[in-house]
Amino acid sequence: MNIYVLLKKTFDTEEKIVVSNGAIEEDGAEFIINPYDEYAVEEAIKQRDEHGGEVTVVTIGDEDSEKQLRTALAMGADKAVLINTEEDLEEGDQFTTAKILEAFFEDKEVDLILAGNVAIDEASGQVGPRVAELLDIPYVTTITSLSIDGDTVNIEKDVEGDVEVIETKLPVLVTCQQGLNEPRYPSLPGIMKAKKKPLDELELDDLDIDEDDVEPKTETVDVFLPPEKEAGRVLEGELQDQVQELVTLLKDEAKVL
Amino acid sequence: MSDKILVIAETKEGELRNVSFEAIAAARKIKPDGEIVGVVCADDDLENLAQELIYYGADRAVTVKHEKLKSYTSEGFGQAVLAVIDQESPDGIVMGHTSVGKDLSPKLASKLDTGLISDAVDIDVDGDQPVFTRPIYSGKAFEKKVITSGLPFVTIRPNNIAALERDDSLTGDISSVDVDIKDLRTIVKDVVRKTTEGVDLSEAKVVVAGGRGVKSADGFKPLYELADVLGGAVGASRGACDADYCDYSLQIGQTGKVVTPDLYIAVGISGAIQHLAGMSNSKVIVAINKDAEANIFNIADYGIVGDLFEVVPMLIEEFKKVAVS
Repeated sequence: MNIYVLLKKTFDTEEKIVVSNGAIEEDGAEFIINPYDEYAVEEAIKQRDEHGGEVTVVTIGDEDSEKQLRTALAMGADKAVLINTEEDLEEGDQFTTAKILEAFFEDKEVDLILAGNVAIDEASGQVGPRVAELLDIPYVTTITSLSIDGDTVNIEKDVEGDVEVIETKLPVLVTCQQGLNEPRYPSLPGIMKAKKKPLDELELDDLDIDEDDVEPKTETVDVFLPPEKEAGRVLEGELQDQVQELVTLLKDEAKVL
Repeated sequence: MSDKILVIAETKEGELRNVSFEAIAAARKIKPDGEIVGVVCADDDLENLAQELIYYGADRAVTVKHEKLKSYTSEGFGQAVLAVIDQESPDGIVMGHTSVGKDLSPKLASKLDTGLISDAVDIDVDGDQPVFTRPIYSGKAFEKKVITSGLPFVTIRPNNIAALERDDSLTGDISSVDVDIKDLRTIVKDVVRKTTEGVDLSEAKVVVAGGRGVKSADGFKPLYELADVLGGAVGASRGACDADYCDYSLQIGQTGKVVTPDLYIAVGISGAIQHLAGMSNSKVIVAINKDAEANIFNIADYGIVGDLFEVVPMLIEEFKKVAVS
């Protein structure tokens, strides 16, 4: 099976966000594999181990993205591709990303594409479905279970807490939800092996893409932090009195009851 | 001719979801003088739903009825909505940022070759240009975005843009569009309900969330009772889910759901940064925790330092009194 994983690097979840000049300050921040993409990597490896084939991890990013790709290789992916747009693109949006991936997949035989259901930074969740649409393959988002038998694919999909049982066929694109699996940590031998695994670097020219073809269709005009929340009131006194006071405050001061 | 905005409504168990009414209000913000056309797709009983969209401010409504629209699939609903888009040639599209909205909107945007703003919490208009505010980095920051190419297409986060007042004296045309839905490549064979009936966590006005401090699945019972008294929903921290006190479907945080209720009651939750990412934009936050140093008190509007197993039952009794009075 030819399995592909769409991967994005994101800020570590512990990072404090700093805005300067209308943009998020990235200098010095720790980057990780987007947590939902980790589920995708894990699932790809499991499916390959069960059905055979090869797992290729693809990311669009800059030279620093190699770190996250090596991590995925250390987890057990076979190959990695970095589409480096640092030189070519100043701006991009989900349309841009999807168009580049469409070009990448143009000459590939694909059975299964996995992605995170959302990236924790920009959180649009658009790229997976957009890519599937451009490749004209079906997609199922927020999956929590995947089993493949021949070309029949059985999926459990999280729908705001309920579970839909879905049947579809390969080739298919799925986006992964928490609960699908428990991503493994790279092992030491895995990390050693990963250094020797193939990591191809492509630029837009290699994909015959002209910058104008992938010009974003949206623009960010401002980035700002939410207003700092003032510390609230910790109530005092007998517990029973505190509880009564809280209910009164919610009713009369906060007016939420 | 005035601009036309399509609002793709969404149903759950045969009823319209509140976010669909909020989407009508959002469409009105985008084009104050525009024509708002509600769209509802299902396998039966559409007249009432269409009528309801008009009561909430849609100028008219379009229905698509087809047996293949019984359960949502991106392909089935995609074909239905695209048929309406073909007929109406809208100047903008709004839908809820729900499971369905998240799944369907990128497909439509890709087909229409347009930009898409996902998960907007506010809309301003700069001249004629709608400007959308959306949370990024799980609500640790916000961005303002505009569409530069194609029609304004946005999904809105539930509970953030107030619906217009329902007015059953409003009238409008209801028409139907016939669509020939081709074979679907994905089929929904079954739906397993895991959520408790009634209140949807992402749309709830009140959320009672438990953390590790709740100690067990049994410990969540009083939280359910509290949520019930307040007409709210129960959520949980990752810690509580990891410890198997409750299902991951309840998880609120950086991974998990992001909620913005009017009232968020954090019970036995320490307030890890990843949890705060999922709830810090709630309008009023109450924290109940034994540990006075817990981080959750830094963002809570009101806090009670105490044993949750004592405090929660007392709260239930007090809230019951308020509900009665």
